[in-house]
Amino acid sequence: MEMIKVWEIPGGVHPPENKTQSLQEPLGQIDIPPQLILPLSQHIGAPAKPVVEIGQAVLGGQVIAEADGVFSANVHAPTSGRIAAIVEHRVPHPSGMSDTCIIIDTDGEDRWVELSPWEDYASRDKSDILARIRACGIAGLGGAGFPAAVKLNPRANQTIDTLIINGTECEPYITADDILMRERADDIVAGTGILAKLLNHPARVVIGVEDNKPEAIEQLRRAAEGTEIQVVSFPTKYPSGGEKQLIQILTGREVPSGQIPATIGVVCQNVGTTAAIYRALRHGEPLVKRITTVVGESLERQRNIEVLLGTPVRYVLEQHGFDETKASRLVMGGPMMGFALPDPSVPVIKTTNCLLAPSKKELPPPEPAMACIRCGMCAEACPAELLPQQLFWYAQSEDLEKLEAHNLFDCIECGACSYVCPSHIPLVQYYRAAKGEIRQHRIDKEKSDRSRRRFEFRQERIAKEEAEKEAKRLARKQAAEEAKKKLAEQKAKQPSIVEQAKASVQAQAPDSQQQRAKLERLVASAEESLKQAQKPIDNATDEQLEKQASRIKQAELKVTEAKKKLAALSDDKPASGEAAHDPVSAAIERAKAKMTMSPEEKLRSSLESLYQRLEKAEQKVKEAEQEGSDKLDALKQGVDKLKDKIASTQSELAEITPSTVAEPTPKDPATSDDAAGAAIEKAKAKAAAMASMSAEDKLRNQLDSLGARLEKARARLAQAEQDEDENIDAFRTGVSKLEEKLSATREQLAEYE
Amino acid sequence: MALLRITSPHTHRALGTGAVMRTVVMATLPGLAVLTYFFGLGTLHNVILASLSAMAFEAAVMALRGRPVLFYLKDCSALVTGVLLGLALPPYCPWWLVVLGSATAIILAKQLYGGMGFNPFNPAMVAYVVLLISFPLPMSQWAAPADIGGQTPGLVEALQKIWLGAPIDGYTAATPLDTVKQNTSLMLDSLYLQDPVLAAGQFAGAGWEWVNLAFLLGGAYLLYRRIFTWHAPLAMLASLSLMAILFYDGGSSTSGGSVIFHLFSGATMLGAFFIVTDPVSSAVSNRGRLIYGAAIGVLVYLIRIWGNYPDAIAFAVLLMNFAAPFIDYYTLPRTYGHKKSQRATKKADD
Repeated sequence: MEMIKVWEIPGGVHPPENKTQSLQEPLGQIDIPPQLILPLSQHIGAPAKPVVEIGQAVLGGQVIAEADGVFSANVHAPTSGRIAAIVEHRVPHPSGMSDTCIIIDTDGEDRWVELSPWEDYASRDKSDILARIRACGIAGLGGAGFPAAVKLNPRANQTIDTLIINGTECEPYITADDILMRERADDIVAGTGILAKLLNHPARVVIGVEDNKPEAIEQLRRAAEGTEIQVVSFPTKYPSGGEKQLIQILTGREVPSGQIPATIGVVCQNVGTTAAIYRALRHGEPLVKRITTVVGESLERQRNIEVLLGTPVRYVLEQHGFDETKASRLVMGGPMMGFALPDPSVPVIKTTNCLLAPSKKELPPPEPAMACIRCGMCAEACPAELLPQQLFWYAQSEDLEKLEAHNLFDCIECGACSYVCPSHIPLVQYYRAAKGEIRQHRIDKEKSDRSRRRFEFRQERIAKEEAEKEAKRLARKQAAEEAKKKLAEQKAKQPSIVEQAKASVQAQAPDSQQQRAKLERLVASAEESLKQAQKPIDNATDEQLEKQASRIKQAELKVTEAKKKLAALSDDKPASGEAAHDPVSAAIERAKAKMTMSPEEKLRSSLESLYQRLEKAEQKVKEAEQEGSDKLDALKQGVDKLKDKIASTQSELAEITPSTVAEPTPKDPATSDDAAGAAIEKAKAKAAAMASMSAEDKLRNQLDSLGARLEKARARLAQAEQDEDENIDAFRTGVSKLEEKLSATREQLAEYE
Repeated sequence: MALLRITSPHTHRALGTGAVMRTVVMATLPGLAVLTYFFGLGTLHNVILASLSAMAFEAAVMALRGRPVLFYLKDCSALVTGVLLGLALPPYCPWWLVVLGSATAIILAKQLYGGMGFNPFNPAMVAYVVLLISFPLPMSQWAAPADIGGQTPGLVEALQKIWLGAPIDGYTAATPLDTVKQNTSLMLDSLYLQDPVLAAGQFAGAGWEWVNLAFLLGGAYLLYRRIFTWHAPLAMLASLSLMAILFYDGGSSTSGGSVIFHLFSGATMLGAFFIVTDPVSSAVSNRGRLIYGAAIGVLVYLIRIWGNYPDAIAFAVLLMNFAAPFIDYYTLPRTYGHKKSQRATKKADD
């Protein structure tokens, strides 16, 4: 047997112990409450699955919910009764949340299932022992509620050389383990023996107890005499009972950050858990009750009781003369790490080691927090050797990266830092919140990573599809180019790109004029046919009427359609429409306007229009650049020319500006007079010629223009065919219509002749 | 039933910030008593005036900031600043110097940075340095200790000097630090015999040695009460001693003075236990505080011997206040379960 050296741990505090008040009486019992509330999750891990039905009668010790996997624990009925409900009920949790609970109406008879005690538990097979520990629903009674069987079954590569049974109980007020060690030391020692056997008899088997429990130490030493078990006491200091701290005290080793004790060859169990394991193996008793300290100045009676799991806290307190008016809060657990209960309706569960009902004087409400003065008392108190003041600083500024760099996750939330803080800063609360935030952050990051991967995959897929499309398009383009080449061969000379552009721009105006005219005619003819169709309705038979009606309807449809098109056209190009309306008068207007202008004004207006044109041209260049058009160079040239023109106009303007206002140059107005006059004359002549023409001449004229238009339209059609223009159909119909018209006009003309 | 719903821990140690500050003030009392005994009422007047004006400025700024004035005055941090400034200023210095000093300390050095806990520099030392640079003459006139024949000014005389500027004949004397610094020709032994202040004392000048012993006593009390850890003050005293040994030069005319001389003259003990230990502006970890304190000790010696100012605590402390975040950066303690101490820069997942 290796002697145990006691190591000193850093930090720690010495809060008032307050342990005597609950040790005045021996371990007590209370009556079976009328109702038990058993949460499915009283341990760390997956909640158990209910295996009973509402209304079903159950016996004490009967499994009512089965473990769901390895990291879970069975729940048993603590006494006989009937399943009243399986509902959401408030459970002991800092958040005050509700969870699924099985509610049993007890019958007070306390009838039990037949238990199967093992006289020969010590010689049983390991797997049988582990199976029974699991079946009896034993989870850590020290506070965390870790399923006991899991800890006792370390991985093959982990050699356990130290088994530590934790009887430290460093939290103030709590004496549940103390009284257990005093009164049931033999159970603990026997349980320790079983655990040592399960772990292949580690070199060191230690029960660690703080030196403020001399009676417990004495009882344990007596019970452990002649065994491999050493009972070691060490100086009282909070939080020596923390698993990591106790391991450090008894072995000098530290559990690596983020790892479990088994990685350094240590297994640690609470004394309560150890005793429960013994009772489960020797007597077959499942975990249905535990020892809980009931303490606090708002109670008349303070003691330890063995209480059925599921007993409502209110019931326990009522049995101890609870004075509600005195109490400021209700704490499950001790004053350092326990959590305040939202209300006393929650039940006692496997991890409830203490119910603390302090008076307002005993635990006064916290004082308002002041600024941190970085006094470092928290760092002195921290058993994990963190820098709580820095963590606080970063938690305030939500600097999650720095928090992790300062090892926030090694904080065991013992509360020593908050306890000593002279500025009364609730440090642990900040750390809990920050931890939650970092965890949430991690989850979010994982989520966003996943969606990013998904997005990237999608992008890749789209890119692939695009590439395929592009390849197809290229193939088509190639084919079209070949066709173009052939066409070019046919034509002697290809007009330059600029000219093409010019032509298309020029072609657009007459085109819209044509379309408008055509549509107007269409409207007129449709209206006419509508009139024609309506005439015979009055004196027609029913049959005819029906036919006529349908015809009318058709005609009406045509009319509206044509009108709609016409409206669209005028909407689209109101300016060109207007110009088309009366080109003669417009030209006259423009010429007149020009004539009345002074040379300076004229220059200015032309400059203005040049600027406008430049703007438009530049915009086109931009568009061309964006589209990568091959007309870009031509367009740029156009822009340059326009700029030149603007420059020359500006210089002209500069020349005349000083003199013009008072004394216009004689020559300029004259020429402009002439030009405007000529334009007016030309327009007038045209109008007069139109008016004086005979019908035949008019027709001839029309025929000529139609022929010209047809030619132009055909040229555009050819161009469109080459460019694979999407409007090609429109061009085609335009050409065919022009052809029709031409032939119609010819016929008309032939009539005259 | 209305139950308090607060997170753990539910219990708290009684010692609050106000209590800590009051304990510090208490611990200065022996030093103040000895200063008054040797140099007269000047220092006591300084301390009272500086404390009152510091608290007044604190209250004014708190009112301006719209904070509860009484709640913040109760933390007594302004009182501590005022007391320390009053102790550091020369006795019988003009009243406006004291008031200007506490205004600088509270408004400029403390509140403009955000108030208690947020000031990167020690407020009292900032004020001291500002006054020393701005008003070198009144700041370098220290009263002669009572031991050397003369009498300390009486109450009326003192008040007239402080409030009306009425001169007092020959109440000043060179401090031992000045004497040793300006000595170029005498061996230390003969200097100790010739200089009246040094001659009247046992080892570090009349009055001064007792003042420093009194502050040492107060510091020991604070250490006993665990108001601060030993790391920074002891490191400072140790490095100052080491420097004194290195440059003792056998007590020649170029000697910087003995270890005992340096430990018990000037503001050494006041600095070590009341200034260097200011938690707000110092390094945070114990290792960091060792470095912080040791560097201050070295700087104090360097400035005392080769600098241009009579004492060096204020400059040394302010210089190291600058360096404190840098020290923190490299002195994070090793956390439980980690092989190495981490640097603050290191990424958590490395």
